[in-house]
Amino acid sequence: MATITDNKARFGILVFPGTWSDGDCHSAVRDALGEDAAFVFHKETDLSRFDCVVLPGGFSYGDYLRPGAIARFSPVMQAVSRFAEQGGLVIGICNGFQILCESGLLPGALMRNNHLEFRCQQTYLRVEQAKAPFTSRAAAGQVLAIPISHGDGNYYADDATLARLEANGQILFRYATADGQVTPEANPNGSRGNIAGIVNERGNVLGMMPHPERAVEALVGGTDGLVIFRSIADAIRSRAAAPHH
Amino acid sequence: MQFNARVHVMLKPAVNDPQGNTVMSGLKSLGFAGVRSVRVGKFLTLQLDAADQAAAERQVDDMCKKLLANPVIETYSVEVSAV
Repeated sequence: MATITDNKARFGILVFPGTWSDGDCHSAVRDALGEDAAFVFHKETDLSRFDCVVLPGGFSYGDYLRPGAIARFSPVMQAVSRFAEQGGLVIGICNGFQILCESGLLPGALMRNNHLEFRCQQTYLRVEQAKAPFTSRAAAGQVLAIPISHGDGNYYADDATLARLEANGQILFRYATADGQVTPEANPNGSRGNIAGIVNERGNVLGMMPHPERAVEALVGGTDGLVIFRSIADAIRSRAAAPHH
Repeated sequence: MQFNARVHVMLKPAVNDPQGNTVMSGLKSLGFAGVRSVRVGKFLTLQLDAADQAAAERQVDDMCKKLLANPVIETYSVEVSAV
């Protein structure tokens, strides 16, 4: 609590054994975005002091059994479920997306990349839905350059689930070419429908394989990731400004 | 009573298996021209204590549902035998 001030959005960055992008997320929020961030160890059980909870990338619990399968049972994940139920904003990046799917907070599953290779590269994401709380700073159809770094990012959901995601506008990002064409060649891992990021039905939980926290400095690959973080900060501010019921 | 359990976890038939496909092309390049399909899954062995066979089977089934298999993409089968 000590580091958190009242006039900044408060981001909780979860840390599981094997998480590796927690430092990048912390730096993205504090240094690039200018909001407040604090690390949250996986044994903690209360997230109520935060406005947004971030599940960073990495290899929680060594990816044993399946990526995200063990992390799901961490004490903090009960708190994440409660936080999401109460409407709190949750963003799972890479391994965080895998954990959210394993937890049932998001539909579908992330499988081994279809070519079996680990891919660490720039990708281009077409913004499918420009809306609060995660993409309000973008325009629909805008292309964001945000890198991936994963071996298990192949999004799978059955036909019925995919149709539901589509109908509800839950698909936020698809892998595309730099000029926004969604093609098989632009798909780095075999994901169905080139899906790179989805939200839950309520729209307050986002999972995405690309790493926005690694696209927040012009010096190292661009700042398109800030579009997402700034959208989140906007959403938090407008909630704070709204009258309480 | 003590039981041994053997659990097979496989991708659902409708789910593409890139590992299986890669193993198949490896087998073909070794000259096993007759291979028609390969699916790669997981095989787990467990030892557990339970009151009886039925209770052991229920426990292992529960383990599969909660952790050992992901019902979105996988199916499982369980064999339990008394030690």
